[in-house]
Amino acid sequence: MAALTDLTIAQLSATLAKKEASAVEVADAHLGKLDEHRALNAFITETPDKAREMAKASDARRARGEAGLLEGVPLAIKDLFCTEGVQTTAASAILKGFVPPYESTVTANLWKSGAVMVGKTNLDEFAMGSSNMTSHFGGVENPWKRKGDNRKLVPGGSSGGSAAAVAAYMVPGSTGTDTGGSIRQPASFCGIVGLKPTYGRCSRWGVVAFASSLDQPGPFARTVEDTALMLQAMSGHDPKDSTSAPLPVPDFAAAARNPDIRGMRVGIPKEYRVDGTSEEIVTLWARGVDMLKAAGAEPVEVSLPHTKYALPAYYIVAPAECSSNLARYDGVRFGLRVPGKDLTELYENTRGAGFGKETRRRILIGTYVLSAGYYDAYYRKAQQIRALIARDFKQAFEKCDVLLTPTAPTAAFAAGDKMDDPVTMYLNDMFTIPASMAGLPGISVPAGLDKDGLPLGLQLIGRAFDEETLLRAAAALEKAAAFSGRATGY
Amino acid sequence: MSLIKGETGEWEIVLGLEVHAQVISDAKLFSGAPTTFGADPNTQVSLVDAAMPGMLPVINERCVEQAIRTGLGLNAKINLRSIFDRKNYFYQDLPQGYQISQYKDPIVGEGAVEIDLPDGKTRTIGIERLHLEQDAGKSLHDQHPSQTYVDLNRSGVALMEIVSKPDMRSADEAAAYLAKLRSIVRYLGTCDGNMDEGSMRCDVNVSVRRPGGELGTRCEIKNVNSIRFVKQAIEYEARRQIEVIESGGTIKQETRNFDSGRGETRSSRSKEDAQDYRYFPDPDLLPLIFTQEYVDQIRATLPELPDARKNRYIKDYGLSPYDAGVLTAEKETAEFFEAVAKGRDAKQAANLVTGDFFAMLKRRSATVETSPISAANLGKLLDLQADGTISGRIAKDLFVAMEETGKDPAVLVEERGLKQVTDTGAIEAAIKAVIDANPGQVAAYKAKPTMFGWFVGQVMKSTGGKANPKVVNELLKKVLDA
Repeated sequence: MAALTDLTIAQLSATLAKKEASAVEVADAHLGKLDEHRALNAFITETPDKAREMAKASDARRARGEAGLLEGVPLAIKDLFCTEGVQTTAASAILKGFVPPYESTVTANLWKSGAVMVGKTNLDEFAMGSSNMTSHFGGVENPWKRKGDNRKLVPGGSSGGSAAAVAAYMVPGSTGTDTGGSIRQPASFCGIVGLKPTYGRCSRWGVVAFASSLDQPGPFARTVEDTALMLQAMSGHDPKDSTSAPLPVPDFAAAARNPDIRGMRVGIPKEYRVDGTSEEIVTLWARGVDMLKAAGAEPVEVSLPHTKYALPAYYIVAPAECSSNLARYDGVRFGLRVPGKDLTELYENTRGAGFGKETRRRILIGTYVLSAGYYDAYYRKAQQIRALIARDFKQAFEKCDVLLTPTAPTAAFAAGDKMDDPVTMYLNDMFTIPASMAGLPGISVPAGLDKDGLPLGLQLIGRAFDEETLLRAAAALEKAAAFSGRATGY
Repeated sequence: MSLIKGETGEWEIVLGLEVHAQVISDAKLFSGAPTTFGADPNTQVSLVDAAMPGMLPVINERCVEQAIRTGLGLNAKINLRSIFDRKNYFYQDLPQGYQISQYKDPIVGEGAVEIDLPDGKTRTIGIERLHLEQDAGKSLHDQHPSQTYVDLNRSGVALMEIVSKPDMRSADEAAAYLAKLRSIVRYLGTCDGNMDEGSMRCDVNVSVRRPGGELGTRCEIKNVNSIRFVKQAIEYEARRQIEVIESGGTIKQETRNFDSGRGETRSSRSKEDAQDYRYFPDPDLLPLIFTQEYVDQIRATLPELPDARKNRYIKDYGLSPYDAGVLTAEKETAEFFEAVAKGRDAKQAANLVTGDFFAMLKRRSATVETSPISAANLGKLLDLQADGTISGRIAKDLFVAMEETGKDPAVLVEERGLKQVTDTGAIEAAIKAVIDANPGQVAAYKAKPTMFGWFVGQVMKSTGGKANPKVVNELLKKVLDA
């Protein structure tokens, strides 16, 4: 029998259902991996006691015949989700030691479906970054390494810890949040599946906010089916989040188990062929098109003319919202307080010490673009661009059912690279940001390895609230790509 | 138009008011926390009000309905689509670091209010807009020698900011506007209008100009919390501005505070600290959209408002505009008056309510709700006079007895034997007694008929005021002139 930690969520569920293992045994096996790979720094807080306690309760439920969708499945939670009684930091010094007296809707939904929490994963501070290097708790190491090169690589970001934990088989699934690519890009870098649902599909209540109009929780797992199972448990209308969609939750898992894409029109946006994309990724993208075509889909060239404006517009909208969202970290009610001689100094000392460099940079950019005299030139214009981007997609989806693009322009890079010029780092999200700006669902599926043996993902983008079609296409791509790479040497 | 005389000629004051009215609602604008006044500090605070990480606002429909009601009461345009914006600034009692307000697209647009001036005239004051916003918490600076305490009970409470056009020209007009606004929201049940408890607060924009000339630079006087202070603040500030201009200075646009102890306004913020609020649409909230049907449903539930009621009193009851205005300013007073007047002579009822009754309330610092005399009993008092049971003089005494005991006047009349005597036999006997006892006066009357009144007084006195004065007059005349 395979090791419990090698099983997917679907396989674990079957194993648990057949009573071949208890939830406590499953939790212990995964906690052992947390011990073994602590050097990756994937977790900010490990919760072994809580995991065992939840696993015990899960076994009791199963014994009573009350097993939920994810009954007994151990999961890692991005440390941006507030978890009742468990430290929640957003990887920032300003929230170090903060223990919320409440549970986010998404995690509450997961626990309701029987899942077990093993810990809170590392991330870029306040989810701002594409390398996990901006975490106050240090960077995360990607379990993958280049062939014959022992240098540490980044797992991507911001949900780097969640992606690394799944890639290193510490957990079969984890939660992330995606604002401009924070699930899809690390999934690509770590050779796993990462799904950003439609904006409004998963509640943002209890998720530390970065950019409210873009933030969306979603799952990581090693298979498309597993991400579907997780999404099923995570999503649903939440009256506590005004932007949560009042829609029923479809049977995502059924969609993911049906890779029949005959007749499906797959759009290939020509504007995604941009300089700076690695040759290998361009080749992989073409192969992806062939694979879907071979599976019966019909490739269609489409145009998304405003694509090139998406990145600059994103770096106005997201910092603007962040500058306001992060105002509450003021040293008055919770988190870090560095005293000063008066209120202004208290703010300056606290926020100066509590926020890292990238967070401060984005707060400054956001404050600037919202300032009197600049609002029209920046924020308003960016919102106009955003509307045009959404229109581009709408028009494209008249000609196709899903879009296929690369997830990221490169494979995982070395820790410390791209740190000198923030724009170089921002460019990592050039393929993921447009869908974020339009609120559309996207999924990254591992589709191959580059010449250094590093995983590369392809992104599929779907219509709003049509994750089912997206999952079917993803399952087809997964089946055709038959990605079997596995990180070694960590 | 009332002008102020300065050293160099006459000046006109131009005034606009921004009134913050706390919405009557069980819960806050974006959270379920209660809004009771006077609760212990920080006991009415939800996770949203304290701006804990990851918390999100959800609009309270009741507050939206109240804002629409108020807009309709101000004869204003209701915007079926409005937007909530964030007004960003740092302060210890503003947990989110921004106030959720409405900036470019408020829920209510232009409207108009008719104000009643002391001389009985009316004027129309334009409403610029009404928008919904969150209140901040309260900073307590006097609880600790070096620290400030923060009470978040008020944080997130729904306010309606009602902005007038710069249509007022005197402190009296501003006072009348504020009084009318208060009256309207109280009629509507959308704000309790209680300025002492801060549920209605007022910012006054003051500028001066030569009559009919270009508008001057305005100063905003913040948080003036009674109608009396509004008048004082305006009068002081207008004088100050005129003095500055007349002595060759210029007015700089600024925010000022009113010191009610000294009756002065003082500059509160220098230009260097000018705030840039970085307004932008709150991404946590969708645009607020409702249908015209929804507005119409609310309109159908509006009560009769003070102006309509006042006009009805003038038309149906024949009251003077002044009395009608006084009686309708407060919904409770109007209802009290109507209960007294129902089925009776409305003018007499109005005289009694605005006269003795109001004087009694004032003397006792009471309101119609706490009055010892109920409307039903006051009405009975009028009935007892109308059917001749008591005289006007007895009515005065009876009123005092009612005030002291709170009893039904009919019961008091019985208890104290105050019934008017119309029995001619009893009155004739009293007249005979007076005449027999005062032969000298009778003689004097023959020479000087104006003495008649003295005899009436004596008879009334001897009957304890209970004799019907009309009957006394008739009979006395007969006897004396015989």
